[in-house]
Amino acid sequence: MKRAERVQELLELNLAFSKLVALNNAMGLEIDDLGDGEATMRMPWDDRFIGDPSTGALHGGAITVLMDSACGAAAFMGLERVDAIATLDLRIDYMKPATRGQPVTCRARCYKRTRNVAFVRGYAYHADPEDLIAAATATFMIGTHIPGRK
Amino acid sequence: MKRLEIIREIKEADDFGRLAEYVPYAQFLGIGSERLSSGELVAKMAYKPHLVGSPAVPALHGGGIGSLLESTAVFLVLWQLEVLSIPKTITISIDYLRPGKLDDVFATGKITKRGRRVVNVHVEAWQEDRGRLIATANVHCLVNSVP
Repeated sequence: MKRAERVQELLELNLAFSKLVALNNAMGLEIDDLGDGEATMRMPWDDRFIGDPSTGALHGGAITVLMDSACGAAAFMGLERVDAIATLDLRIDYMKPATRGQPVTCRARCYKRTRNVAFVRGYAYHADPEDLIAAATATFMIGTHIPGRK
Repeated sequence: MKRLEIIREIKEADDFGRLAEYVPYAQFLGIGSERLSSGELVAKMAYKPHLVGSPAVPALHGGGIGSLLESTAVFLVLWQLEVLSIPKTITISIDYLRPGKLDDVFATGKITKRGRRVVNVHVEAWQEDRGRLIATANVHCLVNSVP
């Protein structure tokens, strides 16, 4: 199968699968774009996602959900063939508070894939990708079959 | 300032369980805090279907688990230190050790270093077996604290 066909297969599966992710649905996360090893997702503003009501600041955990989802989608889009993935680690650096009322976009890219691991970086912003709210580095294990384990 | 006054009252009343009440996102995820009979301070994310990530495994969403870990770090800083502002996360680094089953998750942690501006907290999460962690995290929080 040519890479372009593979990417199309991964894209369709990703879209179908993402409709079933309960927390993404509960938070209104949407996929904006999917490509070869790339994913862009958006999280709407919601007052229920506030961390500190006295400032209206978004809870960091909401960004964590967005980053984990977008980075996972990018890892999936970077696979050689359809397979399961699981987050191994996720590190998020927070650069500035999100602006109240505005949606947050996360653009993620799988920049390297080995047989066992996908390496991903994600960037969260409002409208300007150069004005970051947060940056993430994530790794994902590929495949669920572990030798010796039932 | 008002939020810090509320927190001060909660601390004076020794009511760790109320820390999550004023955090909308904690309420949305169902994160609460409690002091166990052993005296230990833990946070708990009670299982709800909307917390699920992959329906195939099925497993809790890693972002939800990360949110619990971050919340726990902030609760511990608020409870154990005198701070002039609500702690702000600079960095969180999460290791996912085991899939989160569709069940309650508990978390607690330890302040590993308290500096003048930055507090470092190590947090851990588990489900039915304290000896089988599902995730750990290290969190750097920015605070402006009373020395």
